[in-house]
Amino acid sequence: MTDELPRTGAAADAAGGDALPAAGQPLLRIEGVAKTFGTFRAVDGVSLDIKAGEFLALLGPSGCGKTTLLRMLAGFEAPDEGRILLGDKDIAQALPHERPINMMFQNYALFPHLSVRDNIAFGLKRAGMARADIAARVAEMVALVKLEGLEKRRPDQLSGGQRQRVALARALARRPQLLLLDEPLAALDKKLRENTQGELMELQRRLGMTFIVVTHDQEEAMTMASRIGVMNAGRLAQVASPRELYEAPRSRWIAEFVGDVNVFDGETRLRDGHRLVIGTRDAGTLVVAEPREPVGAGKFSIAIRPEKIKLSRRAPVSEVGRETTINIIDGVIADICYLGGTTTYKVKLDTGGIVRASVANSARLDVDAYSVGQQIVAWFTPDDCVVLPS
Amino acid sequence: MRKVSRLSRFNVASLALGLAFLYLPILILVIYSFNASRLVTVWGGWSLRWYHEFFNDRAMIEAAWMSFRVAVSSATIATLLGTLAAVALSRGERFRGRTLFSGMLYAPLVMPEVITGLSLLLLFVALNAERGFWTVTIAHTTLTMCFVAVVVQSRLGSLDRSLEEAAMDLGCDPVRAFLSVTLPLIAPAIVAGWMLAFTLSLDDLVIASFTTGPGSATLPIRIYSEVRLGVKPEINAICTLVIALIAVVIVIASLASKLSSSQGESAAPL
Amino acid sequence: MSSRRIFARPARFAAIAPYVWMALFFLVPFAFVLKISLSQTAIAQPPYEPVFDLTAGWDALRAAFAALSIDNFKLLVSDDIYVFAYVRSLTVALTATALLLLIGYPIAYGMARLPKSWQAVAMVLVIVPFWTSFLIRIYAWINILQHDGLLNQILLALHLVGQPVVWLSTDSAMYIGIVYSYLPFMILPLYATLAKMEPALEEAAGDLGAPPWQVFWLVTFPLSLPGVGAGVLLCFIPIVGEFVIPDLLAGSNSLMIGQTLWLEFFTNKDWPVASAAAIVLLLVLLVPLLLYERLQKRQLEQGR
Repeated sequence: MTDELPRTGAAADAAGGDALPAAGQPLLRIEGVAKTFGTFRAVDGVSLDIKAGEFLALLGPSGCGKTTLLRMLAGFEAPDEGRILLGDKDIAQALPHERPINMMFQNYALFPHLSVRDNIAFGLKRAGMARADIAARVAEMVALVKLEGLEKRRPDQLSGGQRQRVALARALARRPQLLLLDEPLAALDKKLRENTQGELMELQRRLGMTFIVVTHDQEEAMTMASRIGVMNAGRLAQVASPRELYEAPRSRWIAEFVGDVNVFDGETRLRDGHRLVIGTRDAGTLVVAEPREPVGAGKFSIAIRPEKIKLSRRAPVSEVGRETTINIIDGVIADICYLGGTTTYKVKLDTGGIVRASVANSARLDVDAYSVGQQIVAWFTPDDCVVLPS
Repeated sequence: MRKVSRLSRFNVASLALGLAFLYLPILILVIYSFNASRLVTVWGGWSLRWYHEFFNDRAMIEAAWMSFRVAVSSATIATLLGTLAAVALSRGERFRGRTLFSGMLYAPLVMPEVITGLSLLLLFVALNAERGFWTVTIAHTTLTMCFVAVVVQSRLGSLDRSLEEAAMDLGCDPVRAFLSVTLPLIAPAIVAGWMLAFTLSLDDLVIASFTTGPGSATLPIRIYSEVRLGVKPEINAICTLVIALIAVVIVIASLASKLSSSQGESAAPL
Repeated sequence: MSSRRIFARPARFAAIAPYVWMALFFLVPFAFVLKISLSQTAIAQPPYEPVFDLTAGWDALRAAFAALSIDNFKLLVSDDIYVFAYVRSLTVALTATALLLLIGYPIAYGMARLPKSWQAVAMVLVIVPFWTSFLIRIYAWINILQHDGLLNQILLALHLVGQPVVWLSTDSAMYIGIVYSYLPFMILPLYATLAKMEPALEEAAGDLGAPPWQVFWLVTFPLSLPGVGAGVLLCFIPIVGEFVIPDLLAGSNSLMIGQTLWLEFFTNKDWPVASAAAIVLLLVLLVPLLLYERLQKRQLEQGR
């Protein structure tokens, strides 16, 4: 494959069937990067390695610094501290047009005075590609994002979904080593968003490219990304696979930010092998599995996802034996929220606390459903609990 | 669901009266320019007599030609300078002397013309400049570039900055990004700025009276001295011609901006 | 460094040419106005003295400086003609601006309530007369207002008056001319703020029990105040120094300051007094000018 672009990245090689860079060598290394606006520390010492070919999502509430971090990678903001290494080169202070990195903008930023074709060709012309090569590359990109026949249209003659594709094609056309996507699907409606998520993943896999996507939508991040970096107040709170993030959050904040969760505050009473016995105010004494990194005595929060909590009319048999210990708490159904696939029950405990339990609606006709006011037993195993520092 | 109209009868009435107030006097003037009667207010049938009169009035034609030349050259210089000023103000962030700069640009918009005219004349006298075409052109450029700057600046301000970022992301340095993305997008405002400068210059009496020299009167100066002596049907004809000229300029300019926005990147300067 | 800063560096270079131009042709001339306002008239070319001549040597320059005086300003303050002219200019400008607001507001309000596609048309319709020459528009009114003009013909035909009314050379004619000429300047800023206003605000006020006139006074009008401010300043400042309209339409027994300045300059050839009159006019307008500058800056540089 011949390539006119001087800054051909690993991705282009991968697309051509060549090998990725040496394993273990990150494509991009962010080292202690910080950015202050006035007195506001938008990004506060972030370090992160991005491997070639990965699909990383930066997830966080608005104002957490994820967009600023992305803009620093693109070159629109220069970090006050830290380095951004692409290969061995520090690009932290390089101008946007000097980086082999391209970005897909949140509002797409399509040039309204140019046709679809000219939008896609824009970056190629700047790179000084030959006319024929530009035409070939544009055709390839148009086919890639399935926009055949729309080449002569203007951005204002396209639907939202088509515009999103043009923006994607334009950013991919230069074969960047790294593609940044700023809330790429935020402007699409729900159905289209779900389809596009799949297409983006498929595209990333096929091209073997490295994507970094910024989003505030955790479902989107979970669906698409192989790794998620959760940001809060300018810092990376946790970087993990979607499953690990959900099942083993590192802090109470992450547990509450990602998905729904019940949290009980308590204190260690007893350590029994790899089981901890913790006394809580709301849920009485709970037996929980000790986390991977052993914890000392003290105050902890116990987090349990609503779908891990089972409900029944009578308590299950719980042997006092080690492996089959079950945490059982009594309560009354206080509220029922039918969501289609699942139903969320709010259970009011005798202590006054509330527990949310999510139950799959596996049968169409649930003649035996619970009703408000009904006495009930909620139970879960020690392994369903996550112990978090308070 | 269709939205119910929010227009009340009062709204419609005030709009209709307002527009009638704005247009009737001009309409009457145009109609009477075709009046055959010498008495301006007695209708004597349709005629082009006053247009003939105008085209045989050498002094008036000369003044009109002078005005036209001044308007074209001052509007062109003003558009260049005004656009540069707008770019500096809307993209230059903070720089030393910025407050003075914007102050100098905004003040002439409302400054009474007698002050601007007098001060420029005193400058020209002090510099011992020969007064005529160039002094009027400089004076008009000074006034109209401020209007151009405001028109272009407001367009630049409403432009999505991420378009420029996208251009840089795709390999443009800032100057290149400006020329290939920003400039084509603000072109209609630049054209509108030129038109505004052109008509303001064509229109100006006070500043031109101060800054012109003997023997190089502009059209408004001529019209003014005729009008002071009373209404003459020939003036109606001249005014109608000026209105027609301005209408043509507006139509051409709006066509040009439409055309430029429907062409591809090939229409862009680079 | 942000992308804005990356862009800012070359953008600042763009300031150089317009900066030099405006400094030379707008700022520097005021120094000459000030200098000549402190000089005396002379029957010479140029018609004032002293004349600074940098080639005449140091002593001549010192003598020239010593010859400057504030006599012209004393004259302006002591002579009733000038004082009256300033007072009349301010009264006329205030009255005319109030009239403009009264007439312009309903029109702008009506425009803002038109369906979106019609608003653009209405906007063009309001702007177009502004493109036609100022002088021509005043002249159009002379046509209508003169002794045997269209207005008197209509009034006579309708038997509303027994004999032609004198319109020209009256204050009414002048006010008609001013309102006519400045109306777009009042309407456009008003329309701009009214059109931006969320219609839901008026609906919410109505929903909360306010009758239409209260909706207007308690919600619409207060929210349109920035537009009112812009429109008022945009009209008031130039009207104070207006020359053409009072000269052609008003009587000649009481002059506005623009006319006085013109008269001193062109008829009496008294450049120093005209310059002093300009300086005083500038001082009178200083506060509204600064207000206008701030407004303009805020409007054009939001989000900075």
